[in-house]
Amino acid sequence: MCGIVGLFLKDQSLAPKLGDMLTDMLITMTDRGPDSAGIAIYGNESQGKTKLTVQSPNPDEDFAGLAEDLGQALGVSVTQSITDTHAVLEIPGDQFEAARAALAEIRPSIRLMSRGETLEIYKEVGLPKDVAARFNLSGMSGTHGIGHTRMATESAVTTMGAHPFNTGPDQCLVHNGSLSNHNSLRRKLRREGVTIQTENDTEVGAAYLTWKMMNGATLGEALQSSLDDLDGFFTFLVGTKDGFGVVRDPIACKPAVMAETDQYVAFGSEYRALVNLPGIEEARVWEPEPSTVYFWSHTDSPTTHEKAA
Amino acid sequence: MQTYDLEENGLRGLNAALQAQNAETNRTRWEVVNPKGSHAIAVGLDAPIEVTVKGSTGYYCGGMNQQATVRVEGSAGPGVAENMMSGQVIINGDASQYAGATGHGGLLVIKGNASSRCGISMKGIDIVVHGNIGHMSAFMAQAGNLVVCGDAGDALGDSLYEARLFVRGSVKSLGADCIKKEMRPEHLEILKDLLERAGSDAKPEEFKRYGSARQLYNFDVDKSAAY
Repeated sequence: MCGIVGLFLKDQSLAPKLGDMLTDMLITMTDRGPDSAGIAIYGNESQGKTKLTVQSPNPDEDFAGLAEDLGQALGVSVTQSITDTHAVLEIPGDQFEAARAALAEIRPSIRLMSRGETLEIYKEVGLPKDVAARFNLSGMSGTHGIGHTRMATESAVTTMGAHPFNTGPDQCLVHNGSLSNHNSLRRKLRREGVTIQTENDTEVGAAYLTWKMMNGATLGEALQSSLDDLDGFFTFLVGTKDGFGVVRDPIACKPAVMAETDQYVAFGSEYRALVNLPGIEEARVWEPEPSTVYFWSHTDSPTTHEKAA
Repeated sequence: MQTYDLEENGLRGLNAALQAQNAETNRTRWEVVNPKGSHAIAVGLDAPIEVTVKGSTGYYCGGMNQQATVRVEGSAGPGVAENMMSGQVIINGDASQYAGATGHGGLLVIKGNASSRCGISMKGIDIVVHGNIGHMSAFMAQAGNLVVCGDAGDALGDSLYEARLFVRGSVKSLGADCIKKEMRPEHLEILKDLLERAGSDAKPEEFKRYGSARQLYNFDVDKSAAY
């Protein structure tokens, strides 16, 4: 199984409530995925900076003096804010590769959750309500966000095996289903120079989309080609800095329901996840078609209906 | 009229109360409020009662129904009226995948659209969809009638046995061993009756009939590629 939720705001007056609404949706999906939970939230941007969300099993040790040590290693100024096992580091935008290398040196047990100008990812093993409370997800604000509750099938129940997965700047992916050609594709993508951290099938799906976009595809084109190149079952929800997209495999046995009002576009594995959203009674509610790419973006004029990317 | 608040009183209490009714009950009309997409609402009923759900439902609403009439005022999640034996299930909105799967009898009416695998392995149920249906509908359907007032998706009636399929609009593609068939007077009679009972004003003459070519009934090594 697994549960997916997502919320894209058209009405930015709801931005301070994004975390609250997503947390409610996430917890409702607990019985689809009690193993681990995660959320990707697209929040504030600092001009010219990249945010690294990092995680440590020993946050007290690893996060003490981390910003200073990383700043010293890079010769730049770094800020950090700590939430439980995660910390968000802000570094100059051109320092990502250097920072990744430096972190491996100065704090070898730290794991990189995400990087991007607005993206932050928080994920841990445990029930969604406990994970949400640890990170105070309900207090977070942003323009759009994606959440996932995992019932593990393809790899171990660990923090690194939790969704969402981030494999490129401001990109993230959550997945309900299982990919059957992930091992061969992982080898191919690694040969192409894409960083893949785990043995998880979904991370390969995320890395595949990143690789396609590195080679000039739009997100819409990358999602379209995933229908040919990925074997298995999937309902994907993909986040970018500008918005989010949805695609389901041609069999479409993994559930999906969407709702749209003037204020938001929402995604849930089940309608239950959407029932507390404002104005849901009047929302247009529908099931996304198989083999069809949907995308909503903040950079286009607001859409009143779904559109293929 | 009995009103049951699902959010307040829980699913087990609802289904226990509904399943406790029998042919002699005087509590024949029930209303379920605050369904909020919950699963397994009004399942396993076996009495001539009427249940109206005031909102949308999750998985398996009206499953295994006998005798009862279950109305959903919103949309229904996957597996609505799964394995229904008799009675009626009426969905005012849309239905998700495998609506009416394996149903043996009764009437399932979907006033909106149904998604993939509608009527999969149906065994005698009648299904009337006012809108469209998705791919792989009536897969391995054995008996009963599937009436679609709109369009049908890919692979309609794949590996079909003796169910009758009636589609008014287009069919994106037919599945293995499913063919278009002649509409005879007895089929128009069946259609007229089903459309009337389902509250549709579509005309029987506007439909086309599809059914099994009966080429895949028994294993034939020369046809192994088609199985």
